[in-house]
Amino acid sequence: MSGRRDFGAVADRLLPWLLPLLALAAWEGAAQAGLISSRILPKVSDVAAAGWRLTASGELFTHLQASFARAGVGFVIGGGIGFGLGLLNGIFPVAEKLLDTTVQMVRNVPHLALIPLVILWFGIDEEAKIFLVALGVFFPIYVNTFHGIRTVDAGLIEMGRSYGLTRWELLRHAVLPGALPSILVGLRFALGFMWLTLIVAETIAAPSGIGYMAMNAREFLQTDVVVLAVLLYALLGKLADVIARALERRALAWSPAFQNV
Amino acid sequence: MTALALRLPFRAFGRSAAAPAALPSPPLGVTAKGIVKRFDDRGDVLKSVDLDFKPGEFIAIVGRSGCGKSTLLRLLAGLDQPTAGDLGAVGHDGDPRVRIMFQDSRLLPWKRVIDNVGLGQKGGWRPLALDTLRQVGLEARANDWPGVLSGGQRQRVALARALVSRPGLLLLDEPLGALDALTRIEMQSLVEDVWRRQGFTAVLVTHDVAEAVTLADRVILLEEGRVALDQRIDLPRPRDRSHPDFAALEGAILHRLLDRRD
Repeated sequence: MSGRRDFGAVADRLLPWLLPLLALAAWEGAAQAGLISSRILPKVSDVAAAGWRLTASGELFTHLQASFARAGVGFVIGGGIGFGLGLLNGIFPVAEKLLDTTVQMVRNVPHLALIPLVILWFGIDEEAKIFLVALGVFFPIYVNTFHGIRTVDAGLIEMGRSYGLTRWELLRHAVLPGALPSILVGLRFALGFMWLTLIVAETIAAPSGIGYMAMNAREFLQTDVVVLAVLLYALLGKLADVIARALERRALAWSPAFQNV
Repeated sequence: MTALALRLPFRAFGRSAAAPAALPSPPLGVTAKGIVKRFDDRGDVLKSVDLDFKPGEFIAIVGRSGCGKSTLLRLLAGLDQPTAGDLGAVGHDGDPRVRIMFQDSRLLPWKRVIDNVGLGQKGGWRPLALDTLRQVGLEARANDWPGVLSGGQRQRVALARALVSRPGLLLLDEPLGALDALTRIEMQSLVEDVWRRQGFTAVLVTHDVAEAVTLADRVILLEEGRVALDQRIDLPRPRDRSHPDFAALEGAILHRLLDRRD
């Protein structure tokens, strides 16, 4: 009885990975049979071998570390400013009047279109990439923080006021937790934008990082390393999503949507 | 201990070591004169209302929708300011002596039941909050999220939250309006029970005349922004709805309520 339940639980966990694994198997089979030229798509085993080679030499780790550092710093700066500004504009209508129109105009400029300008400003150093990541992360966090605060149930705020909460207590106990679901949605979007921006920024010019590794491998026609980089981005994106979801489940444990999960 | 706390007047366990925190407010009377409330889009909702509620009285305010009864209660709670008139000692937002219970429970869904009850309390409020939850019969749900409670249970938590600061004036804005008939009757006797034990002044806004006659010492009928009737109810408590006197009073008030239409 319990064995069957265990089997069910394991199957439940593995099922999402079935499709990626099948795709990998089909790919390997086609490559082995010579249906795909290795210049176009190397064998899965070759990609794995490249992964192992780079891991053993420590190169992969160096690149990952460089990418993570850029992503992290850019995320903290952009997310921090976005959250702060969202809070400010959400709480003070005057600030919204003053700032929101400007922010919305800037938002509609695709931030990757700024790359030539960013290179002129910062050159091709770390600052340029961090700036782009911060810019990409800023808007989803800003928009969702602002929206979350504006849509907090006015009845709860009124209740809090009449029950003698100070402005700070209202913010802490009513406004921020009420805005949290929306802020976390912004966080998930922001994590997606973070990787996207980083990939583009790193392929333009960088002395290290996953994007650099891919561009460098292209010069030497190492298709297996290029594909490895693409797979790494997919895994990192999934990892970011898993973290964001774990955060949601923890922070929104009160919500009926997350109970019995 | 449980049984003891239930039987003792509320004030008694405030002095015990188990439950320190807030001092109880003495029952708070209301003397308001010439209250006017004008909204830009609705005109004069209240046109010169005078009120004189004695400390410890249970007042019910009835009237048709839009007669201004909820507006009047919001003024007493300090959630809105009157356009003209004098509210006396009440009407300040966040006044710890005055607590309001809303039709929707307005519990913070991200706080557990016990933390909702202790909202805004300072110091060692937990034992007192637990005691108050016990009074409304929900001690066992202290660590649940409000989202899993039924509508009636949420209103009982909201009642506990209103009572925990030991107010002198409790304002009830149709708090039972959204409940089913049975839960409603249970809640009515719970409200009557705590009112008798704690002795605060209670002002209940309701559209249900039977509920008003069940609970109130005085039923005030608001009509087009004025007090149209101030009916004393002298029936012994707890009141029996099937008693002829009850039916006569309820009928008289209902008749008066419907009268003006012709």
